[in-house]
Amino acid sequence: MTKTSPIKVASPSRFRPVWDFPGFSGLTIGFFAFLYVPILVLVAYSFNGSKFAMVWSEFSWRWYIKLLENDDIHSAAVNSLIVAFTAAPIATIMATLAALVMVRGGEFRGRDFTAGLITLPLMVPEIVTAVATLIFFALLNINLGLINVILAHTVFCIPFAYMPIKAALEAMDPGLEVAAQDLYADYWQAFYHVTLPLLTPGIISGFMLAFVISIDDFIITLMVAGAGSTTLPVYIYSMIRTGVTPEVNAVSTLLLAVSIVLVSIYWLLSSANRKGGAMG
Amino acid sequence: MTQSAHKNATLAKLRLFGILPTWVSISLLMIGPLLIMAAVSLMEANVYGGVHPRFDVSSYAQILFDTNLFDEREFNPAYLIIIMRSFLLATAATVLALIIGFPAAYYIARQPDHRKNLLVFLITIPFWTNLLVRTFAWVIILGRGGFMDQVASFFNLLDDGGSINLMYTNTAILIGLVYSYLPLMVLPLYSSMEKMDVRLLEAGADLYANRVELVRRIILPLTMPGIIGGSILVFVPCLGAFIAPDLLGGGKKLMLGSLVQLQFATSRNWPFGAAIAMMLLAIVVIALMINARAARRHASYAQAEGGTAHD
Amino acid sequence: MKRIAKTLMLSIGAFAIATAVQANGKLNLYNWTDYTPTELIEKFEAETGIDVTLDTYDSNETLLAKLQSGATGYDLVVPSQHFVDIMIKEGLLMKLDDIKDMPNYKYVDQRFRSPQWDPSQSYSTPYQMGSASFAYRANSYAGNGSSLKEFFDPGPDACNKIAVFKSPDEVVNMAHLYLGSDFCSENPKEMQAVLDVLLKQKECVKVYSSEGINDRLKSGDVVMHAHWDGFSQVGVWEGVDDLTYAYPKEGVVGWFDSLVVPNGAKNVDSAKAFMNFLMHPENMALLSNFAAYANAIPESVNYLSEDMKNAKNIQVPGDVPVKFGQACNAKAQGLIDKVWTRVMQ
Repeated sequence: MTKTSPIKVASPSRFRPVWDFPGFSGLTIGFFAFLYVPILVLVAYSFNGSKFAMVWSEFSWRWYIKLLENDDIHSAAVNSLIVAFTAAPIATIMATLAALVMVRGGEFRGRDFTAGLITLPLMVPEIVTAVATLIFFALLNINLGLINVILAHTVFCIPFAYMPIKAALEAMDPGLEVAAQDLYADYWQAFYHVTLPLLTPGIISGFMLAFVISIDDFIITLMVAGAGSTTLPVYIYSMIRTGVTPEVNAVSTLLLAVSIVLVSIYWLLSSANRKGGAMG
Repeated sequence: MTQSAHKNATLAKLRLFGILPTWVSISLLMIGPLLIMAAVSLMEANVYGGVHPRFDVSSYAQILFDTNLFDEREFNPAYLIIIMRSFLLATAATVLALIIGFPAAYYIARQPDHRKNLLVFLITIPFWTNLLVRTFAWVIILGRGGFMDQVASFFNLLDDGGSINLMYTNTAILIGLVYSYLPLMVLPLYSSMEKMDVRLLEAGADLYANRVELVRRIILPLTMPGIIGGSILVFVPCLGAFIAPDLLGGGKKLMLGSLVQLQFATSRNWPFGAAIAMMLLAIVVIALMINARAARRHASYAQAEGGTAHD
Repeated sequence: MKRIAKTLMLSIGAFAIATAVQANGKLNLYNWTDYTPTELIEKFEAETGIDVTLDTYDSNETLLAKLQSGATGYDLVVPSQHFVDIMIKEGLLMKLDDIKDMPNYKYVDQRFRSPQWDPSQSYSTPYQMGSASFAYRANSYAGNGSSLKEFFDPGPDACNKIAVFKSPDEVVNMAHLYLGSDFCSENPKEMQAVLDVLLKQKECVKVYSSEGINDRLKSGDVVMHAHWDGFSQVGVWEGVDDLTYAYPKEGVVGWFDSLVVPNGAKNVDSAKAFMNFLMHPENMALLSNFAAYANAIPESVNYLSEDMKNAKNIQVPGDVPVKFGQACNAKAQGLIDKVWTRVMQ
């Protein structure tokens, strides 16, 4: 069944197939411009020599240099990394187990409930989650500093790790495991030597997504973070409120760069997965 | 027999082992807090912050009726205004996102495969970057003397020292909202457009339909699940948005998200904040139910179609 | 699976080590924005070897809300006098019996020892004091700041170019000064008058914010801003030459900030070390030279910079009353909250 038309109309060039709308290519270019110009402006102004974020004077690296000397940004960045490197792996492990159960576990009671549960963090508006978590920690007197943030992050990272892993599992041919068992492997050996390696790109994709989500989280961390638990986005927020200098642009550009690199790696991995991973 | 029964038992145990961590963590750290928040919304507020554990529905009543300074109960439209503003801005943002995203989604869906994947990837990149940073970009653009002002004065559209003056307005918030959630509209749209069978369009063209009719009678109905899905994905976060009204609205134009945040910061009125949050949650549930119904209807529709069409 | 487990172990281990290492000689300071000179922190770190982290807030209300939501982990916070009162009553502060025995306590001005909000001097040590009023760009604004009417009922050259604090405390008190009513009023009629004044002002307010004040004035976004005397002086030092602080005839709202230790602080010894450190005249002068506020350590005058000695915005004219904010009881505080909610809507 073809999705795109194979029909080559032998026609003069001014005759256009009716499903091809004129002007839509221009609109699409406009669309991408709208999407990317603000980011480009943000990055461009980070090289602004003048102290005013909005008035361009000259090209300069000084704000990036200033970043290197700023201890508070360092500790905020370190906090962000600690939280992401703890929450993302834990979330990925839980998501992997959950995906294995949901895709390969067969029918069981509470299947729909579990599916709903896993997507719950995605459905609830972030401000509601943030506030509920804050109340939860406050009333139960849970004051563990950065661990509070890690707990909150782990929960909403789970669905983000879950989605790619589930997709990878579903795309995998169960016949491979059967083949392994035909070759006298027991269930665990088949799992360990066949399923898991094939699933690894999916797991890594899930981990990357969870990691990016944790690094970028702002609202939940803003409400839940206590003393000394400031992460990079929360710190950027306080910088914006005190006064807009190109230093904010510089930090923002770095944060953007990290996210973009990670997502690109994820995409390359998952497109490799799509092309070569699932055989069948 | 016993061997398969034994296998079933181990399978059940493995299932439990696999699903338990997720159950426990999401129940404990998501459902638990939401329940506690529901309880807090029914408690009495402590004027200096926090709650007194006493049953009190006044926080819900406060949304519509407030005791004024003279302790008389009177109808208070102020929160209704905030609710209205949130609904209007969220709806406007959804419609705008639909208008902007529709042509792009259609165009990309009609591209050859390799280009398609790249373009989709380019759409998703902004989504994975920090929302605060992306909204801040608009502060730079719309601010006084910012990028837009400079471009406008470059084209001599401004008097000396003048400004487009878009900052701290509802329009600025709207732009910020559309920008924040546009990818969430385009992706479902694209997904349903990709699934659309082009031969239906060809058939329509064979029956002498022009482009407008093609859109109205074929494309729109077929992509309706994508439209609804995308609209919900944009509408719900816009309703509870906090960053855009805070950064671009100057704190004067509150939306539901910033109203909730305020109750847990300077206003120190936890029950009221919890009540508004519960309201937001209720709206989300309703939106999801609408989406589920529409999806189910379209699934049966497609099933009927699939029965007659041949693969 | 083994790989994942190993990575997990490593990250947990690294995290545990990191937290353990940080347990010695740390101080978590939570202060107003633009209120902590880096020089002061570095001097303290050099003298004591204690590592200081700084978080910031923009108002007393935000601080109170944070402490009430169980955000323990801060070792030192800096509330204004009436909020110290509230915090003591709410059981949020740690009692320290050895403040009077601190070596540098002897430098504190007699008039500010055992103040009305901390009569036993067992909760707080002095930080700085100042006033809240409004400031304006003299070059773009025709008035002269002689009355609060200019702030609450702005003329056409200021309308839509005014910014007001985001939190009620000082603004409501300024309205009381304007109307001639007492702070912490429990009278609904008086508070209704306050509400009317604030709503009228709102028509001309461009933005409600307590941060980025000098930037907003500098860029010309606003010509008049609710302000504090010292911080407006800092604005002048930063290049806004015509930034003038108003001392209207009705008076200005006075405040006195103190260092206090919240309950649940983990580094109490570091906190006390900092409290003692700041009471030394040299260090207090460092703070005043940065933030441009007056302080309660008389001998610090010997270390003040020329800029401070010539600071115009912090000199109170003799006939202008300075009225200090008080801790309002629950009824009065409830009225204030109601008024402010209506203003913010």
